[in-house]
Amino acid sequence: MGITAIAFYLFAFTAITSGFLVVLARNPVHSVLWLILTFFSAAGLFVLMGAEYVAMLLAIVYVGAVAVLFLFVVMMLDVDFVELKSGISKYMPLGLLIGAVLLMELGLVFGHWNFAEDAQNLRAAVAPNMAETHNTLALGKLIYTDYIYMFQASGMILLVAMIGAIVLTLRHRKDVKRQVIADQILRDPKDAMELKDVKSGQGL
Amino acid sequence: MITLEHYLAVAAVLFTIGIFGIFVNRKNVIIILMSIELMLLAVNINFVAFSTHLNDLVGQIFTLFVLTVAAAEAAIGLAILVCFFRNRGTIAVEDVNVMKG
Repeated sequence: MGITAIAFYLFAFTAITSGFLVVLARNPVHSVLWLILTFFSAAGLFVLMGAEYVAMLLAIVYVGAVAVLFLFVVMMLDVDFVELKSGISKYMPLGLLIGAVLLMELGLVFGHWNFAEDAQNLRAAVAPNMAETHNTLALGKLIYTDYIYMFQASGMILLVAMIGAIVLTLRHRKDVKRQVIADQILRDPKDAMELKDVKSGQGL
Repeated sequence: MITLEHYLAVAAVLFTIGIFGIFVNRKNVIIILMSIELMLLAVNINFVAFSTHLNDLVGQIFTLFVLTVAAAEAAIGLAILVCFFRNRGTIAVEDVNVMKG
């Protein structure tokens, strides 16, 4: 068994085990941490496959952004998580049944499939020889030329999602005093102050 | 020798875990969102496995778009969750009936 096989089995086993622990952990904070481990193992699998760029993307986007977002929300919400876990034994048989059926179906597909006859000719973007270039460069050349509109569209999706998330969670509190800059600028010195000539030795 | 089938098997198991997680954690919407992330990860593993096996880069580009949509979905989902929690004081989604749907 070569080093590649050992690495594959290590990453695959870690990914599957931590995936299970994501859905079965008692504490949601632990769930998020197991999710991060799953993402890292999947990134390892991608590196083994030779897709370094996607692996790095997984580590940066999923672990760095999505998982941390989950962690923030889990820690921010003050929820009784023990109560939420109470139904888990009730739904366990149904979940196991559906999982087993799905796995069996996937296994059936697995046992009997093959590539299309001319799969080699149907390829849209044949990867260049990886000895001469590398994965990130090849992907970049493709994304910024043939797939530029899709790339821009995905940027728009992220923008819309960002605006949506801000609109959903922003709230204007009525009970706090706010600075209104327009009012401050429009204030006229004539209304604001009054000059009085005070004689010496006398009060107002 | 690690073949394409090995990677597809890992992806299939991860996808099943995602489905299983949705059914088991019926009340806890945070774990449901995490299960969806697991399923998308499984799909990504499939894409990349086929892409590298056939030497076709389009699979990896599609993975990028799946990743984008997954990030957007997580952000919007968590925003809705925070909103819901603010209004109801709980995140139990089993008995959500605000919209009387």
